[in-house]
Formats: sequence, C-alpha cells, structure tokens
Amino acid sequence: MTYPALTGWRQLVLTLMLLCLSFGSRAATLDESVALLNGSFNDKSTAVQNLMSVGHDQTSVWLQALLDGNLYTDKASNQVVLLVAEQPEFSVQELVSGRTYSSSKSDLKRIMINNALRKELRVALSSLALTSADSQVRLTAVRSLMGSPDPALTERLTSLQLQETNSDVRDAMTVALAINEVRNASKPGRNAIEVLGDSLEPEARNALQQLHDRNPAAAEGKLAAKSLANIERKILWSGYIETLFFGLSLGSVLVLAAIGLAITFGVMGIINMAHGELIMLGAYTTYGIQLLMPDHIGLSVLVSIPAAFVVSGLMGILIERSVIRFLYGRPLETLLATFGISLILQQLVRTFVSPQNRTVQTPDWMTGSLELSPVLSLTWNRIYILIFCLMVFALLFVLLKRTRLGLQVRAVSQNRAMARAMGVRSARVDALTFGLGSGIAGVAGVALSQLTNVGPNLGQAYIIDSFMVVVFGGVGNLWGTLVAGLSLGVANKVLEPTAGAVLAKILVLVFIILFIQKFPRGLFPQKGRSAEG
Amino acid sequence: MTAANELNLIQPRLLDKGSQRFLLVLIAVGVLVPVLNLLVPESSGLHLSTYTVTLLGKYLAYALLALAVDLVWGYLGILSLGHGAFFALGGYAMGMYLMRQIGDRGVYGNPDLPDFMVFLNWNELPWYWHGFDQFWFAMLMVLVAPGVLAFVFGWFAFRSRVTGVYLSIITQALTYALLLAFFRNEMGFGGNNGLTDFKDILGFSLQADTTRIALFSATVLALALGYLICRAIIISRLGRVAMAVRDAENRVRFVGYRVEHIKLFVFCVSAMLAGVAGALYVPQVGIINPSEFSPLNSIEMLIWVAVGGRATLYGAVIGALLVNYAKTWLTGALPDAWLFALGALFVVVTLFMPKGIAGLVQQYRDMRQQAARNNGGADKVEEKAA
Repeated sequence: MTYPALTGWRQLVLTLMLLCLSFGSRAATLDESVALLNGSFNDKSTAVQNLMSVGHDQTSVWLQALLDGNLYTDKASNQVVLLVAEQPEFSVQELVSGRTYSSSKSDLKRIMINNALRKELRVALSSLALTSADSQVRLTAVRSLMGSPDPALTERLTSLQLQETNSDVRDAMTVALAINEVRNASKPGRNAIEVLGDSLEPEARNALQQLHDRNPAAAEGKLAAKSLANIERKILWSGYIETLFFGLSLGSVLVLAAIGLAITFGVMGIINMAHGELIMLGAYTTYGIQLLMPDHIGLSVLVSIPAAFVVSGLMGILIERSVIRFLYGRPLETLLATFGISLILQQLVRTFVSPQNRTVQTPDWMTGSLELSPVLSLTWNRIYILIFCLMVFALLFVLLKRTRLGLQVRAVSQNRAMARAMGVRSARVDALTFGLGSGIAGVAGVALSQLTNVGPNLGQAYIIDSFMVVVFGGVGNLWGTLVAGLSLGVANKVLEPTAGAVLAKILVLVFIILFIQKFPRGLFPQKGRSAEG
Repeated sequence: MTAANELNLIQPRLLDKGSQRFLLVLIAVGVLVPVLNLLVPESSGLHLSTYTVTLLGKYLAYALLALAVDLVWGYLGILSLGHGAFFALGGYAMGMYLMRQIGDRGVYGNPDLPDFMVFLNWNELPWYWHGFDQFWFAMLMVLVAPGVLAFVFGWFAFRSRVTGVYLSIITQALTYALLLAFFRNEMGFGGNNGLTDFKDILGFSLQADTTRIALFSATVLALALGYLICRAIIISRLGRVAMAVRDAENRVRFVGYRVEHIKLFVFCVSAMLAGVAGALYVPQVGIINPSEFSPLNSIEMLIWVAVGGRATLYGAVIGALLVNYAKTWLTGALPDAWLFALGALFVVVTLFMPKGIAGLVQQYRDMRQQAARNNGGADKVEEKAA
C-alpha cells in the first residue's frame, strides 16, 4: 500500500503551531483519544475511530505508526509517543504536543495491536488516502476499501466521486459503490450487478457470488450468474494471456541461451559444450560489475551487456585458438574437449569466486509489474528480457546477412576451400565467429542474472535446452532457433498447469526426441544435395 | 610378416594373444584379491581391507560399463551421451530387488511396502514393482529394462538415420529426461533419495566380508564374460560390418547391408552390458539415486574410454580403472583439483592422445619392431661388408 507523502520536520513544526491555535475542546478530545491508545484493544479501536472523526492532519501518520509498531508509551509520563529515530539515539515525539526528546528503549513500551485492529487501521488509512493528491494513491485506496461494509464509507465515496477528476479512480469508485449496493441493498439495481460483471476485482466476484447464492431463482440471482459467467470468461482469457506471456518469457530465455549456439553449432558446426559456462561467465560479469558500482545498480546492468559480451567473447576466442581449431572436422572430439573446458571453467568459478550462488540485484526500472487488469499483471523484468531477446536476435540477423563479416562467415561455413580461394582468411573468420557466438552467450548471461541466482552450475541448466532448441529449429537457421525457442517455451508453460513443471519438461524433451526421429534436420532444414547432409 | 600372422588377420581367433593375457590378469586378480582379503591375516602388510575390495569391485563394474561404451563408440561410431541411463536402469532393477529384500526391517516396519512408499502414504505396491522380490526376475529385468529402452530408442533413431552429433545430443536428452523423471516421487522409485538402506542379497548380509568378496568375484566374472561377448561380436562378420558402418556408413548402406539392424543389435547388447554393470555396482556401493542419470556421468564414461584408447577392449578397461583410481585419490587429496584434472584430461586426450593409452602402447610396439627391423637390416649390411 502507498500512503500520502509522509511528513518531514517542517510539517511537524506546522502541526505544533496549529495545535497551539486549536480550540480547547477539540484538543481535549484529541488528548482523550490519544490517551485511549494506552488502554485495551477495545479502547484502542475507539481511539482510532475518534481520531478519524477529529480529523487531525497528522492522523494518517499516527495510524500508520501504530500499524507499523512505531507508537510507544513513555513509562514515566504515560504519554503516547512516536518513534522518530533509532540512530544515533532513540528519539521520540509526543503525539499531541509534538515535543521531541531523546529517550531509551527501556523507558518505552510498544503499543501492541491485534489482527482486528490491524484490519481496522488499514481501512482507516485507506479512507484517509482517498483524499490524497496523488491519483495512484487514491486508486489504491479505493481498491483496498472495496468490500468494506461501512455505510459511512459509501456516503463518503459517493460525495468524493462527484469531485473525482481521474477516470480510473472514478471507475474504481463506481465498482466499490456497486459492491456495497449488491451486498447491502435488499434489491440491488440491475446497473450495479452489470457493473460488477465488467470488473475483475476479487471483491466484485465475491459480492456477485453471495447475491447469487442468496436467491439463485430471483431476477437478481440470474443476473448475477450472468455477470459471474462474464467474469469467469475474462479470467479464463487473462489466464491464457498470462500463460502465453510466461511461455514467451521462458522462450525468450531459451532463445537467448541458444542463439549463440546457433552460430557456433549451427553455422560453424562446432559442438561447444562449454557454451553454458560462457553464459555463466556473462552472469558473473554482471555480478562483478555490480560489485564495482554498487551505487548505480540501474546503470550497472546496462554496462554489463557490452562487458559480458567482451568477457565471454574473448574467452570464446581463447578456446577456439587454443583447442577447437585443432579439431575442425572432428565434431565428436570437439564435443569432448569443450566438455573438459566447461568443467575447468566451472571449477575456476567455484575456486576463485565461490561455490555458493550469488544474487544479482535487479535495477528499479526492472522491478514491479505492468498491471493490465486486477487478475493480469506482467512483470517488467520478463517484458524487458523478451524485448532484449528480440533485439539481440535482430542485431545478429543483420550482422550475418548484411555485413562483410556475416558474408565471410556464411561463405566459410558453406565451402571453406572455396572461401579461402577467394581470399577469405578462414582462420580469422573462425575465431571471430566463435567469439561472436560466445559473446552472445555472455549477453544471455546478463539476462539470466536478472531472473535467477548466479552460480557455477548456471550454465549446465541451460546447455541441454539450448541444444534442443537449435536442433529442433534446424541447424544453421537463426529463424528456426527463434521459432523453436519461443514455441518450446510456450509449450512448456501450457503443459505446466496440468502436468506439473518437471513432467512438462520431460514431455517436451520426449516430444523433441520423437520430432528429431521424424525430421532429423529440424523445423527449418538446410537445403542441400549431399548424402551425408 | 609370417603366414600365420596374415591368417590371423583374415580369421581372428576369439582368444588371441592379447585377450589371453587380459583374461589371465583378470583371473589372477579374481583369485588374489579374495585370498589377500580372507586368508592373509589383518596384521600382515599384504592384507587387503574389505573397503579396498569393494572399491576394486566398483572399479571393475565401471570397467564393464566402459566396455559397453567402447563397443558402441569405438566399434560402431556412436558417441552415446546417454549410457549412464542404461547403467542406472540396471542399477535400479537391482536396487528394487534389494529393497524388497529388506522386508519388514525398514524404519516403518511395513512388510509389504518399502519405506519411501509408506512415507508417501501409498497403500499398495505399484504394478511395476511386482516380481522384484524374486532374484531371477530382477536379474531378468537388469537385462530387459536397458535392452528395451535401447531397442525402442535405437529403433526410432537408427531407422530415421539420426547420426553423429544429433544422435549424441538426443541420447543426452534421453538420460536428462530420465533424470528428471526419476527425481519425481510419483514415479515410485524413491525420488530424490533413490533406493538405499539395503540389508541383504539372496539371504546373505551385504555387510559381511564374504558377501563382499562374492560380489567382487561376480564382478570379475561378469567383466570376463562381457569381454568375451564383446570380443565375439568384434571378430564376427557382424562386428566387421559394424566397423565398416563406423568408417563409412552410407557406403555400407549402398553396398546393401541393413545398417540400422546392425546398429540396433550392437546398441542393445551394449545397453544390456551397461545394465549388468549397474546391477553389480549398486549392491557394492549400497545406493542408487537419480544422479546416476545425470548427463555428466555419461560423459565421464566417455573419458575413461578415450583415455584407455577406444576401439581396443583392454584399453577401455584400463582407462576406466585409471581414471577412477585418479578420481578416488584426487577427490580425497585435493577435492578442488578433481574437476580441473578431469577437464584437462578431456582436452589433453582429445588433442594429443586421440588413441589413448592403447595408442601409445601400439606406438611403442611399432617403434620396437621398426628398431628390430633396422637392426636386422644393419646386421645384414655388416655381414655383407664382412
């Protein structure tokens, strides 16, 4: 929940001045109410109600403090005080007089609250927030008040709705009022029931369900059933969209992990079992850069992208120059040698960084979620990664199809001897291509670090999936990788609710194994006339 | 070359010189180890502890597994990244028998159900657990389970001509899928914890020294049999065609052989050998869990064969023994160093020793022969000069 701007010193001073000016009787009521906070839970409840009716401009601060457990009783004076600061010393402020003084923990007793009171406080705070200047705060307040049966609130909402300027807040208020009407009126209006049918708020659904259960045969009951069906349909669709989104999100991760492999395996024909570890290196680069610039987490992720590309790319070139180039044309040996490299890289990280997982912080602009409706919200980090994946794909596609390097890469992969005869320095192209594929793996690592913990085994979790994506899509075809990755992601998420996460994964693996049997060259096979393929 | 040698090339004998030597060494080990353990008093320096015997038994089970891997990789040209799956299936079949042998001595004391099923609130044995209280049935399953899996998988894969790295990758997917499946409690194989706490086999306590020795001897026997089976396959016509498939698959197909039948046969035999190795491994280490399915294990097997020298049977055995001894020693002495060493081994062997230790031995022999010939030639020259 969000609350109106919490006060600073200036406002405290202002309060003090206002208090001095205020009438005696009002001050007495205020004092009495505050004193009641020292009493039983019932007394505290009365105190909250009194404070609400008095309408002091610090009320929301006090109630919030009470909710957060920041209100204390000074054992000596028996005054209710607000904890202002714990560091460097305990300093507290008397509620009504506003007098601030330093104290110690042993001189104070925390004012306890129970669950009933907590609920009451939340409603009270939301009710106060209805008049906030921030429309977002008002919207949150209206939504948290939905279904709260207080008749006074209904009146308040009705009057506030007339002044409301923001249409979202006004709509939310309409729903809140309709809920109260459906709940409380003996014969709720048709309009109210239909309004609820268009709303996805859980409270609206509850209210309709109650209305339906009260008298299923009556006109209202039937209308409610219709509205309920409407809601169910919307929720169902939201569920589909959510599944699709999660699937695309998982798919984008798969594509990111596999697309570097699509170059090294697909274009160059090298089985690089250390690909997963290159992803891991990218993730650790992100972690390292965050350690270097702890004050700029948001920026560090952006810096990490080129950094991870360089780190993994250089490591890739090193691997290519030192091992792989001696093994061209012997794919199975390459597989074993690169597997050895992957073990070494894993153990390097375990020995020199830590065997434990590390958490990479997510920058602020990637946290939270995009709320499309009360039942459908998409998390920002996944949205960004989906976009990022498409960007990387597009860049790579352009690089391979439109640049000189891309042309040379394709030439060498199609016919090495002929390319050399035309003056292409194939050794250099090999190293650069492998570096490119490895660098992309590093970039994938940056994206993964935003979704999971970073650990030495990070790469292993993705290597098999990545190979599946490339093989399923058709070796040597970037589009195939994209389509295969996204569709495998969606398939996984579609199966998950019915089959469970692990079984879904097994089913997808079995499907790919069977698919390869039928189409050994994948979704988009490369055309050629060679018998060996 | 003498005429006899040429004849050997045309029709190799089952027990050529190398095989005789290999089997003799194996028999010697099979006799010596029990003697050193049972008859030599513990105070003597020559005494072998039961721990060592079990460790050796474990290595020999691995050696049998290496033979199985070598048969498909060295002689058929299939780089299987999923042989761990067959090994683990054989192990699970044995584990299920051992579980049933526990009877009512489990923690929950349920005579009908293994502990983990009681823990999961299951009321009756799943259908696929029936029969595993019989030793013969379990042993049959040790062969049948991996064999059927290999048959079904191979049938589809070889018929649609999935070859090379594609085949390698889908074998890896196979074992990975099984790994995930066996981790599930619902599968009824003990989930994460696998099968353990075994008490006895055929009525003999697994903790007893004599049982351990018997298991060791059984492993030696199985390894010898496995060797002979592989050897028989290799020297047969079918083995020759298999090697031809390894070297030029399409040419063999064009000549008129049914390549997929040959591949399928050898693949299934290899899977069953791996299953037997698993079944011998489990009672000696006392546990079988899903981690045996992990792709890393399957790849480790390849390095045994690569180190020893693929396409030589004795090389595979030596490789398995050496690498595993190094593993035991290094993980004890320098735990961090093992993966470095293993990784380096992969790189060094593929780059510098493509034929492994057997290749080095062969090289050494050739050199000596060459030297002998040169010497002989030199002698003749000297004679002439004289």
